[in-house]
Amino acid sequence: MDNYIIEMLNITKVFPGIIANDNITIQLKKGEIHALLGENGAGKSTLMSVLFGMYKPEAGIIKKNGEVVEINDPNDATALGIGMVHQHFKLVEVFTVLDNIILGAETTNKLGFLKKKEAREKVERLSKEYNLQVDLDAKVQDISVGMQQRVEILKMLYRDNEVLIFDEPTAVLTPQEIEELLLIMKNMAKSGKSILFITHKLNEIKAVSDRCSVLRKGKYIGTVNTSDTTIEELSEMMVGRKVDFNVFKKPSEPKEEILRVENISLKSKIKKGNVVNNVSFNVRRGEIVCVAGIEGNGQTDLVYGITGLEKITSGNIFLKGKNITHASIKERNTNGFSHIPEDRHKYGLILDFTLENNMVLQRYEEPMFQNHGFIKPKAVREYSDKLIEEYDVRSGQGSVTIVRSMSGGNQQKAIIAREMDKDHDLLIAVQPTRGLDVGAIETIHKRIVKERDEGKAVLLISLELDEVMSLSDRILVMYEGEIVGEFDPKTTTVQELGLYMAGAKRMEGGSK
Amino acid sequence: MAFFIQQTLVFMIPLMIVALAGTFSERSGVINLALEGIMIFGAFIGVLFIKIISDAGLGQDHAQLLLIIGILAAMIGGGIFSLLLAVSAINLKADQTIGGTALNLLAPALVMFLIIIITGSNTINTPASLDFMLYRGDFGIAEGKELNLFEQIFMNKVYLSNWYALGLYVILSVILYFTKFGLRLRSCGEHPQAADSVGINVNKMRYIGVTISGTLAGLGGFLFALTAAGGASTGDVAGMGFLALAVMIFGNWNPLTIAGAAFVFGACKCIASGYQYIDINGDGIYALANLGISKYVYMILPYAITLIILAFTSKNSHAPKAEGQPFDHGQR
Repeated sequence: MDNYIIEMLNITKVFPGIIANDNITIQLKKGEIHALLGENGAGKSTLMSVLFGMYKPEAGIIKKNGEVVEINDPNDATALGIGMVHQHFKLVEVFTVLDNIILGAETTNKLGFLKKKEAREKVERLSKEYNLQVDLDAKVQDISVGMQQRVEILKMLYRDNEVLIFDEPTAVLTPQEIEELLLIMKNMAKSGKSILFITHKLNEIKAVSDRCSVLRKGKYIGTVNTSDTTIEELSEMMVGRKVDFNVFKKPSEPKEEILRVENISLKSKIKKGNVVNNVSFNVRRGEIVCVAGIEGNGQTDLVYGITGLEKITSGNIFLKGKNITHASIKERNTNGFSHIPEDRHKYGLILDFTLENNMVLQRYEEPMFQNHGFIKPKAVREYSDKLIEEYDVRSGQGSVTIVRSMSGGNQQKAIIAREMDKDHDLLIAVQPTRGLDVGAIETIHKRIVKERDEGKAVLLISLELDEVMSLSDRILVMYEGEIVGEFDPKTTTVQELGLYMAGAKRMEGGSK
Repeated sequence: MAFFIQQTLVFMIPLMIVALAGTFSERSGVINLALEGIMIFGAFIGVLFIKIISDAGLGQDHAQLLLIIGILAAMIGGGIFSLLLAVSAINLKADQTIGGTALNLLAPALVMFLIIIITGSNTINTPASLDFMLYRGDFGIAEGKELNLFEQIFMNKVYLSNWYALGLYVILSVILYFTKFGLRLRSCGEHPQAADSVGINVNKMRYIGVTISGTLAGLGGFLFALTAAGGASTGDVAGMGFLALAVMIFGNWNPLTIAGAAFVFGACKCIASGYQYIDINGDGIYALANLGISKYVYMILPYAITLIILAFTSKNSHAPKAEGQPFDHGQR
């Protein structure tokens, strides 16, 4: 018993309308990586915020090294050696990396002037020790997401924290960055740090953690040794039922062409040249076409061009045979587009609006929801309630919840509900399952296949090769703004796709 | 030339210090539109204190000491008045634009009311017998000596209050950028959730930011009353508070560029108020007056330039990201 560094015993935390943590007990051993597994909204982040002093629990005690401690704010947590990397990074964008690391734990001389030289030496030593490469003088707004995360980790190390909390650290990273991070976590555990790792990605849990505690809908389900369990068992604990990892679908029966893009190009904003270069392809009714590729090879911009978020510099786009190259975004939306955007905060939702208003963002003008310019609140509410029910969108107060207060996964579900329910011929889904748990992923995959079977055309952009392989009927691989190959998922392999994605191979003539 | 520079400084220094006042508030995350109102209030309190003390028969021979007392009174008065903004913006999470506007409406009304009660007229003045200006004699320069440019500007007809303010400006600018306090204050205006997550008390920092803002704006108001308005407080500071806001935005919330911006505006104000006396190259020809342009053109100059410059520069300015947003502990 005495080798537990942190114990959270019988923690209960209530928010208006929801019990986020219901009598939860978690015990962390010194030097272990302890995973905390649960669906979106299961209460993982809340529990960790309690440990970090950002929320006060209604009941329960926290012990460190066997002694009861009082954690009222992040200062107390820091003093106890507890540090946290938040899901949404807490970095000041216009500050330098070094300023961000020292903020809140500054060393100063007697007059209060910052002693940055000492701080710099310490950070440099730590970054060497744990192999965390950062540019200390760069501003945070100019560095990659992966480096921002390294800055967050250095923030904890700089404070000499011995208990490190990672709140869904891999949700925003590329596969390469994830591998790097897991390695770093292992190193830190080896050097004596104890790590709490919040995630819903089962393979990461298998890869790094020693033990795993599972939460479901605010309740504690159990703790297991990772080596004694399987991914299937873990997922069953998490979701409460058996999860099907295979997507069953009939062979596709493509019908007429819905979307055709001809030789479109987009100029790059950062560097010279085109970020999307002379791309042509089509999507037909009843098929799922997937654009695969490593992040940053022009997929995002391709979608911006097709949906009208950015102007294309050359080429043409046809929707059901009609040239929509110069159509406004609204015209595209009302004539058959549905779009699940990559950046849900920027393009998907108005965060400070209620959920119901977000649900009718593109449809408030329809007679169903307005009368002579006046919104029909009752119709909006009914429609929103229906979507919430149907798509299992969880939130504190249902239709009137402010979207900003919802968890990322549920925000995503809200967008998916809105886009799939509206009248459309073409669904453009960009990483629709990013940040979601296995249960939700399974549901969304089924819905996408159902869309196809109902005769919609689906254009899917995904970075996850597993998703690409199991969902698509045709695969286009994008590399440096060009389509370098077209594949049939039944005859290709992940390895083959990987070669094209990395630019090692390309088909003559690109697509078609 | 010396006249031009001196007159420019008369406007530039209050503008600078009030723009810095706005910077401290907004860098902590609270929009301070009330600068104008706080200036009016600070000017009134400063003048009132000097009047009370000298009316009591004290300090007639110690004008420079009285000046310091007036400055301190104006700063404290401004600081207290700004607490109204702090309470509404921080504790009550009210809309900061509306809160600031309310103070701007309140200040002239309140000050006018008090002035009429106290003096029975529309203005309150520092006693005419007191002269806060320092002359060549005070610096030990003999009568009749030809003054060089430096002496003309810095050693004749100067208000020490302007140099106090300038010193304060430098010190506070250094504090904002090179101390722990400054770093924390700035983080609260950019990303209060980040500040909160590392244990910084955001509301406390914002209180401090607004209060510093109030003391500086009060000082700026007093400087204006003392120099540009000739020792009178009238419930009006001629829109200097709003000009200072423009200077702050034009100066990108950064003390160095604010100083530059304040010079541009100060020069315009100087031309507006004294164009007929300005003799740029010292040849005895008053070129601006001889142009034959209506005096109203000169008078609208500072305001017109404000509009034009802001129209072109405000697009590139980087306001503190979280300014205007009440801090909510639980927000993601």
